[in-house]
Amino acid sequence: MIKSLRRLALVFTGPTIIAFAIAFAVPFLVGLYLSFCEFTTVTNATWVGFDNYVRAFSPRERFLSSLGFTALVTAIAVLTVNLFAFTVAYLLTRKLRGTNFFRTVFFMPNLIGGIVLGYTWQTIINAVLVQYQTTLISDAKYGFIGLVLLLNWQMIGYMMIIYIAGLQNVPGELIEAAAIDGADKWQTLRHVTIPMVMPSITICLFLTLSSSFKLFDANLALTNGAPMRQTEMVALNIVNTFFTRVGVEGVGQAKAMVFFLLVSGLAFLQLRATRRQEVEQ
Amino acid sequence: MSTSQHTGDAVVAAAKSAKHRDQQTRPGQFITYAVLALLTLVFIGPLLFILMNSFKGRFFISDAPFALPLGDYFVGLTNYTSGLARTNFFNAMGWSFVITVGAVAVIVFFTAMTAYYITRVKAWWTNALYLIFVFSMVVPFQAVMFPTVKIADMLGLSNPLGMIVLYLGFGAGLSVFIFSGFVKSIPLQIEEAATIDGCSPLQTYFYIVFPMLKPVAITVAILNTMWVWNDYLLPYLVIGLSTPYKTIPVAIQMMAGSYGDNDMGAMMAMLVLAIIPIVIFYLSSQKYIIEGVAAGAVKG
Repeated sequence: MIKSLRRLALVFTGPTIIAFAIAFAVPFLVGLYLSFCEFTTVTNATWVGFDNYVRAFSPRERFLSSLGFTALVTAIAVLTVNLFAFTVAYLLTRKLRGTNFFRTVFFMPNLIGGIVLGYTWQTIINAVLVQYQTTLISDAKYGFIGLVLLLNWQMIGYMMIIYIAGLQNVPGELIEAAAIDGADKWQTLRHVTIPMVMPSITICLFLTLSSSFKLFDANLALTNGAPMRQTEMVALNIVNTFFTRVGVEGVGQAKAMVFFLLVSGLAFLQLRATRRQEVEQ
Repeated sequence: MSTSQHTGDAVVAAAKSAKHRDQQTRPGQFITYAVLALLTLVFIGPLLFILMNSFKGRFFISDAPFALPLGDYFVGLTNYTSGLARTNFFNAMGWSFVITVGAVAVIVFFTAMTAYYITRVKAWWTNALYLIFVFSMVVPFQAVMFPTVKIADMLGLSNPLGMIVLYLGFGAGLSVFIFSGFVKSIPLQIEEAATIDGCSPLQTYFYIVFPMLKPVAITVAILNTMWVWNDYLLPYLVIGLSTPYKTIPVAIQMMAGSYGDNDMGAMMAMLVLAIIPIVIFYLSSQKYIIEGVAAGAVKG
């Protein structure tokens, strides 16, 4: 059976491979090459070695500062999203009536795209700030708070779903056993429930980490980096390098490659963390 | 003997009291509901805020953002008509719909076949292909953005049909990965039985395997729908602003980015119109969406 299937490689894999080559594989290799070149389109590149990488880290590129800002937003968002999401999931797995309704409502923002999300929150935050005669883009701290709020609103529902699935898999006997041994609710949570849902916690930590770190659409819509590019996150910094300036395409491509290395570093850490847990179980 | 009997009784009593405690703590339950109700407000509030302001005069939105759209504030559908005139919104909605449905159908159809082939046929290149697909999931869009856009332009893909091809390419990684995981769990004997009964490989795949893939296909379809429908950067860069093929996110961004005459009222109205299809989609297939997203997260 496999033998006759083997001959149909082109039918089964052809279309996907062609599209994948056009959209991803060829552009990735070209991009890697171009990060060492000076160019304005992909056909007029001249080799410049590591120049682009050196220039990418010069202060006037604001690449490092955008990385710092991204790290700050990501750190706070990861902490708050997971804390809230776990708390909500914990409340919703206590056999209350109406759980489904709350789950449906809390998850909904996750479906709204970054652009619409960004303008929605821009309007709300400005509506509050106007009472104090100021606006979202007058100070970087407002942009920072806005991004953290937005990420919380968007991701809590999603993480909550994963935590609920994890909490529902904790065997009831374990909780009962803890109660019999005299553990109070807090002790049960800390020493029984949380260790049992560690796999869900790992997944959620990395999901929130990578989506906050790669945030683009909402950043563009909410502040577009204002004031003075202070609220510009890495992805936006890269896109702006390509499309709002001329003659620095190579620097943009070098930044993009550094960004890729950072993101894959995070993914590698996640892989190791999940592997280790699988061994422990 | 009697000691163990006593311990047994104590266990039952403890279990009963634990149960009792869980159900009977009225104040605790009340607080839980109060917290959940408050959170419901926090989650629905922003949407209600936008909806409310979409019916108010454009200048009242910044002057009295939290006032209800009543009396002088109320302008009926003015914001909607002016917003629709500025953005050609229904056109954008149409293209968003065509591109999303087309891309998702193509992704599900072709990546399922690819995943089936590279899981069943063991060869060096199918292994390599699988690893490359997995690798592509890690690479952020910005890393390939510039070359992709230029290459797509050279190949004449700067149109809705070309977008569907590009989405197949970008969606392949995650979709093949999810499908492959499931194909591995299908026992080979079923396909062998089909072959003995005289099915060709294509018949086996379409009559036997593909129907079994249905639950995963739903997951893949939902994850890709959410991504393609909301995607901004790829359609903006590939199709651009000066064509009639703008999608909803591109139209919204263009409207907000146009300096000078910034009509807040029209903006609110268009945000409402952009959110309505999502809410309808969500409420109509909520169960699948939540399950699909959870399944996708655990795999990805």
